[in-house]
Amino acid sequence: MKNFIRLATSVVVVLTLLLCSAAFSQEADVELPDEPFAAEGDELEALEGADMVIGLEPVMEEAAPAVEVPLPTHVTVSDLPNDDGTGLVVEFEKAPGETEALTYTVSVGAGPDGPWQEIGGFPATKKWKEEARHYYPAFFLFQKGRAGMSKNFHMFVIQELGDNVPLETGVEYFVRLTASVGDVSRNYAEILSATPEEQWFDTGRTNVLIFAVLFGATILYFIARARRDPNLFIRKISGLDAVDEAIGRATEMGRPILYLNGIDTLAALPTLAALNILGRVARRVANYESSLIVPCKDPIVLTVAQEIVKAGYTDAGRPDAYNPDSIFFLTEDQFSYAAGVCGIMMRDKPAANFLMGYYAAESLILAETGADTGAIQIAGTDAVHQLPFFVTTCDYTLIGEELYAASAYLSREPLILGSLKGQDMAKVFMMVMIIVGTLLVTFGIAFIKDFFLALG
Amino acid sequence: MQFFRKQFPVLLAFVMGMLLFVQYFVPSKLSKGFYEGFADWLIVIAGFAAIFAIASLLHYHMGKIRKRVLGYGFSVITIVAFIQMLVLGFVFHYRPGTPAGWEYQWLFVPMQATMFATLAFFIASAAFRAFRARTWEALALLLAGLIVMIGRVPIGEFISPHLSTFSDWILNNPNMAGYRGILLGVALAQIAIAVRIIFGIERTYMGGGD
Repeated sequence: MKNFIRLATSVVVVLTLLLCSAAFSQEADVELPDEPFAAEGDELEALEGADMVIGLEPVMEEAAPAVEVPLPTHVTVSDLPNDDGTGLVVEFEKAPGETEALTYTVSVGAGPDGPWQEIGGFPATKKWKEEARHYYPAFFLFQKGRAGMSKNFHMFVIQELGDNVPLETGVEYFVRLTASVGDVSRNYAEILSATPEEQWFDTGRTNVLIFAVLFGATILYFIARARRDPNLFIRKISGLDAVDEAIGRATEMGRPILYLNGIDTLAALPTLAALNILGRVARRVANYESSLIVPCKDPIVLTVAQEIVKAGYTDAGRPDAYNPDSIFFLTEDQFSYAAGVCGIMMRDKPAANFLMGYYAAESLILAETGADTGAIQIAGTDAVHQLPFFVTTCDYTLIGEELYAASAYLSREPLILGSLKGQDMAKVFMMVMIIVGTLLVTFGIAFIKDFFLALG
Repeated sequence: MQFFRKQFPVLLAFVMGMLLFVQYFVPSKLSKGFYEGFADWLIVIAGFAAIFAIASLLHYHMGKIRKRVLGYGFSVITIVAFIQMLVLGFVFHYRPGTPAGWEYQWLFVPMQATMFATLAFFIASAAFRAFRARTWEALALLLAGLIVMIGRVPIGEFISPHLSTFSDWILNNPNMAGYRGILLGVALAQIAIAVRIIFGIERTYMGGGD
């Protein structure tokens, strides 16, 4: 019965993810139709707030051209949103009859009469406002300026005056827009101006803030709850149950235990998670009076790993058994590290290999060499592309989030277990959002999808 | 002294964690400067840690040579290579055309490539082990693997034009669904571990135990 429920749950989850995947990809396919040319209603509203909107009448700078050069309409220059006050943005509706031959050039001057410095140019087929979505403020369920997100509006960002000289905050800059076909160019008569301003809150990340605060609060709530009721249930993770078995086997065989923290730096969360597990493993190794080898790829990880193992031995009441030479620096190069570790595996023949943290192409080289030596292998990584290699070659694999849950699982501390509970609640919330979002998108209602798009 | 060993690192992790969290939402010059300064500090700390790393490397290999342990010859090669590269680098700099540059280009890079190339053989041996259909799961893996492999080479198109379509379907649907599920769990777990570290609930990484 238990197995049946487990099987049924797995099928439901996979079907949900499949449905979601299909619905979102379908939505992405149909979301960007070629909209009619004219800017109306919402699109014009999106232009509000710009420092200046000029008239539609262009002035010819050169003699009557033999080639007709179309000019864009609704041109605005304004402060670049959500920046440190060093950017301006030029936006305009595409010119009637834009062709591939048409190019736009943006020039900046200190005054309305120049002198003009050419900042950059682009063909009429590029620099669409919808491709620069990240510049626009995203709020809870909608995105300001979304109306202008069709391929009717061009957008050009000015952040420096050439030679890496940035725009200055609070200084007014004048901008001239030129349209050209071949050697024939036309300028706007009116020169636009705007002043870069510094912002103190990135409105484009509002949704991220809301989600982070809500999720953080949920975790803290469950941690507080775990203080009152420490008997929390946590599902069985075979890979972590096997830690004691692996260490015990190594002790019986009189062989060392090899522990790898991955190839990333200490700034990476998988490395931190691997170091957390190292602390628990070191304590058990000290208890079993076995020996531990920890070759490191990063100098900072090396110093931290030494402290962790030392503390593990001290906590186990065996500080004298700690051997600082067993945690050493191998190399900072990825494949040299793989070669070095393979050498240790072949020479020292560890009875148990722990491969925790982040890995890239060297994952299979390490795990397959370890499998050849007959060692019991426990791997854990959040590098999705390396998971199949570990699953194939290791006895146990901690998949994705299990790597981060390992420390809580091994310590059984209520406070850390509480954070896992909070994490699970967030997962339930996400699953509900996925199911509801999939259904809504299927019926043409896309606000949940917009919310998650704004998160990105 | 106890304060600097126990409480101060937790306090520091909390203050820096919160500051960097706030910094993510503030695009101002001050915030940008703080982040760049923080990144510079990381480089400085890494520079100092490199001294420890070199000391550790020399100590480890010298110890192996002294004790004549199995494979100590490799340690001799490591130390000789390290010292000569250091001397050549200091004397001639690390530019293309210099002895150090020559060694990098014609010794180091090919050796790296050789190590990477061994991956092909490891993939073959791992695939052989994984594709033994002992259980229903292994059989499913074998079938999916075969379809994807054959569907992505010209002979697959020759056998049936539907094979490549089916191969793409497997990659873009069941595979992608599993991939996204794992990523979602990882993202939530990363936020949870960040909260645990910032609030000092998880302290094992500091070496202080619980």
